Amino acid sequence: MSSADEYSDDDVGYYDEDDDEMAIDDDGSASEMELDPLGDFNEGTSKKKVYEVDYESLSQAEVEKQMKGDVDYITSIFGVTPDVASLLLRHFDWNKEKLIEKYMDNTTTVSVAAGIMPPEKAPRRPAASGGRLHSSSESTKESLIGPRRSSRRIASAATKSGKSKILDRVAPPAQDEPAVCLICFDDTQTDFLSLVCDHRFCKTCWAAYIESKVKTEAESWITCMAEDCDVVATNEFVKEALAEDKQTWERFHELLVRHYVSHRPELKYCPYPGCTYTASCSITKASLATQVPIVACGNSATHKFCFGCNVDGDHRPVVCSVAKMWLQKCHDDSETANWIKSNTKECSKCQSTIEKNGGCNHMTCKKCKYEFCWVCMGPWSEHGTSWYNCNRFDEKASKDARDAQSRSRASLERYLHYYNRWANHEQSKKLSVELYAKTEKKMEEMQMTSELSWIEVQFMKKAVDEVIKCRTTLMWTYGMAYYLDSSNEKELFEDNQRDLERAVEDLSELIESPLDPEVIKTLRQKVTDRTVYVTKRNEIMLEDTARGFLEGRWKWNLPVVGLD
Amino acid sequence: MSTNCRRRLIRDFKRLSTDPPGGISGSPCPDNIMLWNAVIFGPADTPFEDGTFKLLLTFDESYPNKPPTVKFLSRMFHPNVYANGELCLDILQNRWSPTYDVAAILTSIQSLLHDPNPNSPANAEAAQLYRENMKEYVRRVRATVEESWLDPEEQQAINEAESEDAEPGASG
Repeated sequence: MSSADEYSDDDVGYYDEDDDEMAIDDDGSASEMELDPLGDFNEGTSKKKVYEVDYESLSQAEVEKQMKGDVDYITSIFGVTPDVASLLLRHFDWNKEKLIEKYMDNTTTVSVAAGIMPPEKAPRRPAASGGRLHSSSESTKESLIGPRRSSRRIASAATKSGKSKILDRVAPPAQDEPAVCLICFDDTQTDFLSLVCDHRFCKTCWAAYIESKVKTEAESWITCMAEDCDVVATNEFVKEALAEDKQTWERFHELLVRHYVSHRPELKYCPYPGCTYTASCSITKASLATQVPIVACGNSATHKFCFGCNVDGDHRPVVCSVAKMWLQKCHDDSETANWIKSNTKECSKCQSTIEKNGGCNHMTCKKCKYEFCWVCMGPWSEHGTSWYNCNRFDEKASKDARDAQSRSRASLERYLHYYNRWANHEQSKKLSVELYAKTEKKMEEMQMTSELSWIEVQFMKKAVDEVIKCRTTLMWTYGMAYYLDSSNEKELFEDNQRDLERAVEDLSELIESPLDPEVIKTLRQKVTDRTVYVTKRNEIMLEDTARGFLEGRWKWNLPVVGLD
Repeated sequence: MSTNCRRRLIRDFKRLSTDPPGGISGSPCPDNIMLWNAVIFGPADTPFEDGTFKLLLTFDESYPNKPPTVKFLSRMFHPNVYANGELCLDILQNRWSPTYDVAAILTSIQSLLHDPNPNSPANAEAAQLYRENMKEYVRRVRATVEESWLDPEEQQAINEAESEDAEPGASG
C-alpha cells in the first residue's frame, strides 16, 4: 500500500521513456495512484478501511500483565496471596464477578473446589482407616466427572481384604515424616515438597509428575499426587518443583496464559504453531454478519487469522458464515463431484447417474430400462445395425439427449466452475514459497547485471507480496460468488473480480517471465505500475464487498446462517 | 525417567511378593518388566467366587505418573468390563494418582468385581441383568468363572464347542 509512495520518489526519471508502453492496458490508472494511492478510500477521519477492524496485538508478557491485574484485584479484595487468587480465578474461568459472589457466599466450599485447601482438614484422616474415603463433596464431584467411569476406591477394597496399609502410606500424619518418597521409594532423595494438604513427596517425583502433566496433557491444573487429593499446585510451588526444568516452567506459564485467553471473549490466541501472541478485538457476534475481523499478530505479519471463526488465514471479503459454508461444501463435495464428472453420465431419460464399468456401448438403464448408446447418448433403437460402432454423434436425437444431460449437469458444473477457480488460486498461493525463492534469485541476478541496488530491486518482492495477497482475495470471491444470487449486484461483483483477476495474472506473468538484462529498467517500471494497479483493484474488491455487507446489498441463493 | 519407572516396578513386585494383598497375584514377564501378568481371585460371597481371572498390565516409561493399560485376558461378564477385556475404572483414568502401585490397581479391580457400578456400563447386557434379573446375572457370571479355570487352549476349544450350543463344563 505504501509502496506507491516509495516508488514515486525515485522512479520519476523512468516515466517518460516508458510512457507509451504502460498506457496500453492501464489506462493511466497507475499514474493516478502515484499521486494519491489511497485517497479515495479514506473516510477522512481515520485511516481504517471499511474492510478492516480495530484490534490490538498483545505479546505473552502483555497478556500476563492483564492477568496480573485481575489477580491483584482479587488479592486486594479477599486479602489472599496472589497465588491463591490465581487459583480462584482459574477455577472460575477468570470470571471475577462470579468468583466474588460465590466466594463471599461460601468461602470454604469455594476454596475446596478451587483446590486451595483440602476438605475438612481435621476429620479427614480418621475417615481413612474407617474404610470409605469419599465424603459427600466427593460424590458430587464424581457426578461431574461423567457417567463413563465407574468409581472405585482403594479404601473399600483395602478394608475388604484386610489391608488398610495403602491408605496409611499415602496419607501419613505430618509429624512422622516419611523417610522415603512413596512414589519412587528412592531412599537417596532428601528434598521433599508438599502442598497445603501435607502429602509429602520427593522433589524429583514432583518434577516428573508436573512435567508429564504439562507436556503430555497440556494441563496447568495440577492436583496433588496423593490419591483422592484435590489440592492444586500453586504457581509458586510449580516454580519451585521445576527449578531445574526451565523449559517445562515456561510451557506451564504459557498454558496459564492460554487458559486466560481462552476464557476472555475479547482475546484470541494466534493459531500459528509456536506463536505466543494474542489478538485483542472487541467485535460482537452480531457484527460478524457484516464484518470480517481479520487480525494479524504482532509476531509476524504473515500470522493472519480470523477473529470470528477458525479459518487460519485471511478470508476477506467473505463473511465467516459464508466462508464456513463454502469450506464445508468443498470439503464434502469436491472430490466426489470431480469423480462423478469424469466417470459418469446421466441416463437421458430418467437422469440417473450411471457409471460404465465395462461392457459395450449398448447401455440399459437399470432404473428406467431405457436403452441408449454410451458414446452419443442417443436412443439405441436408432443405431440399427451399426452396433458397437457409433457413428451417429451429430444426429438430432442424440444431440437432444446430450443437451438434456448437460442441463442436468449444470448445477454440478456450476459448482466445479467456482471450485476449480478457488482451487487454482489456492494452489498458486501454496506455490508462493517457491515463487519467493525464484524471485529472490532474480533479484540477485538483477543486481549483478544492472546497476540497480538492493533497495531498488525490492519492487519484485513487493509485487510477489501483492500477488499472493490478491490471490487470497480472489480465492474467497469465488466461494462467495457461488452463493450469490444472480442480480446486477452479482454482475458488478464479478466484474470487479474479473478486473482483479486479470490484473493479478498480468502481474504474475510479468514477474515469472525470464529476465532480460536489456530491459530490466522497462520491466521494473512495468512491474511497479502493475503492482500499484493490482493493489488498487484489490482495494476496490475488498472495499466494495465490505460495503455491500454493511448495506445488505448481497442476496444469497440459499439461506445463510447468521445472515438475513 | 526410565530408571525411575523400572525401579518403581521392581519395588512394586517386591511388595506384591513379600506382602501380597489377599486374592491377587502378579508378576512381570521374565524378559520384559514393562509387561505384567496378573491373576485376581473372585472375591468370596460374590458370583465371581472361585474364579481365577487373568489380566495383562502394560506399563510405559511414564509410569507412575501415568496409569498402565489394564486388560482382562479371561472372558468376563461384568457391567464395567468391555467385551475385549478392557475396563472402565476411574482410577485408571482421570482419578489416577502416582501413589497407586500394582497392588493397589489389582485390589481396586478386585473390589470392582465385588461391587459393580451398573450406572456406567461397559457391558450393557450385564448391567441390565445386574439391575433387573440377578438370577440370570449370577448364572452368566458363573459360566465365566468355570471358564476361567481352563487353560487358554482348553478355553479355545470350549469357545468352538459353544457354537454347537454345548454348555461349558468344568473339565479343568
